[in-house]
Amino acid sequence: MTSKYQWNNIFLSIMVIALFIFPFVTDSRTWTILLTQIFIFSILAMSYDILLGYTGIVSFGHAMFFGMGAYTTAVMLDRIEPTIGVFVLSIATGMLITGIISFIVGLLTLRLKSHFFAMLTLALSGLFLVLAEKWRSVTSGNDGFTFRAPEFFKDRMMFYLVVLVCMVVVYFVLRRFVQSPLGHVLVAVRENEQRTKSLGYNTLHYKVIASVVAGVVASLAGSLYAISLRFVNTSVLTMDITLDALLMTIIGGVGTLIGPIIGAGVIELSQHFLSGLAKDYPIFERWIIFFGILYILVVIFFPSGIVGTIRQAFHKRKKQSVGKEEQSNSEEL
Amino acid sequence: MNTLLKVDGVHTHIKQYHILQGISFEAIEGQVSVLLGRNGAGKTTTLKTILGLTPASQGRITFRDIDITKKPTHGIANTGIGYVPEDQGIFASLTVEENMKVAMRKEDEATLAKREYILDLFPDLKTFWKKDGGLLSGGQKQMLAMARAFVGNSKLLLIDEPSKGLAPIVIEKVMEAILDMKKHTTIVLVEQNFIMASRIGDTYTLIDNGETVQSGLMQELIHDEQVKRKYLGIG
Repeated sequence: MTSKYQWNNIFLSIMVIALFIFPFVTDSRTWTILLTQIFIFSILAMSYDILLGYTGIVSFGHAMFFGMGAYTTAVMLDRIEPTIGVFVLSIATGMLITGIISFIVGLLTLRLKSHFFAMLTLALSGLFLVLAEKWRSVTSGNDGFTFRAPEFFKDRMMFYLVVLVCMVVVYFVLRRFVQSPLGHVLVAVRENEQRTKSLGYNTLHYKVIASVVAGVVASLAGSLYAISLRFVNTSVLTMDITLDALLMTIIGGVGTLIGPIIGAGVIELSQHFLSGLAKDYPIFERWIIFFGILYILVVIFFPSGIVGTIRQAFHKRKKQSVGKEEQSNSEEL
Repeated sequence: MNTLLKVDGVHTHIKQYHILQGISFEAIEGQVSVLLGRNGAGKTTTLKTILGLTPASQGRITFRDIDITKKPTHGIANTGIGYVPEDQGIFASLTVEENMKVAMRKEDEATLAKREYILDLFPDLKTFWKKDGGLLSGGQKQMLAMARAFVGNSKLLLIDEPSKGLAPIVIEKVMEAILDMKKHTTIVLVEQNFIMASRIGDTYTLIDNGETVQSGLMQELIHDEQVKRKYLGIG
């Protein structure tokens, strides 16, 4: 397992150092905001990878946990006071609420077969969306509300650095989680649930644990997202958020953790550049079409995602070299 | 001689199909009981039914005098039944070490001793300890599947067609390993290869069309040309 992560470590160390230095060498507000968005969606996509990549659960309701985090932070900062203390407390509260709700939702839904589970999570997510729309006294419905962020985050660079640290910490915590014995059981569940049961594991318990971990991390992403906009409305609970997380994970490479970070980068950057081209080329006003073409190309050329395909090629080479070695050994015998 | 497992008049339905229509046999502690029969007779389904993967619709299964008929699969496995499926069921993206750790669940002295024993039996697994399960050869996967089932808290091993798709030299290795493992555990074996089954087995149960046709000592079956010809197509 260590060698598997060797390249990840090198790649990540270089990236983190470069990203850490970035705001000190440039004063581009656009890039600071764009990269902050990428970091936030990387956290969301990594949380989705725990479900999809490591446990094999396809959920269409992940946005509800993201939205809960966003609303908890927004409401607390708006109703109490916009200080760092309240911000930290709101993150903890959001995580606690999503932890409890994802536990209950997981326990009720994860017994179902995958497609029924996916449909039920979609329905539950819709339920939370309607709840947020109707509970106007707290959420201000579709219109949403603005709120003041803590003074500390007024400086975009500080917020950028905080989110970068959060992303790196989440990556290492989740990596530790998937490398633990519990993480190995999750992989076993993904690969062959019946076989895992026949080894004596109650797989439902493990799937619920994965659901809680993914929910809690998604809540953190939601809290940071709300702060980045200083505004929240029901869009944080929509299917678009779940689809973004799903696409980021698939494009980057499921079950890799580093893949969702790359996927988030690819999607956010291509959205930014394709929509930006509309100023010069009117055809790019329909940039979503080009976005679709990009997805298709990635799926054709990187069927296991960017990181997944690179790893497969690496494994193939390794297998071939082992095969050659075994062949030469047998010839010697 | 203690009866470890008793399968009594078991019927199993899979969707609308009535697969097992009355399976009865006993596994005696310390012995290898072989389930024999033609393709599609119901041997694999019998193992899956014992483990609760295809639950019995009728009949009773007791293991160490505990009724396990209605227990969930993980509950049955935790009573001390290990399973080596026909397709080996290796977790391809986990290394050999991780596959073993998932099966061991704890690292107490007894489990570690069992692990050492099984690794001595299958030294190839030691060689490829850090290699992904998916990169192993067919024979190595079979060894890993057997090792994984053995290192758990298993008092009984259900092994499904261990010789399937393996080269003769590997079959020989697997057979020797099962003979050695027999000293430490009880085994219910499904095997098409009669030469292997007759060398390993102490008792046999013949299954045909989902029903137990005949049970007895393996030595008796070896000399019963008529039964072998009728139900196994050999002799």
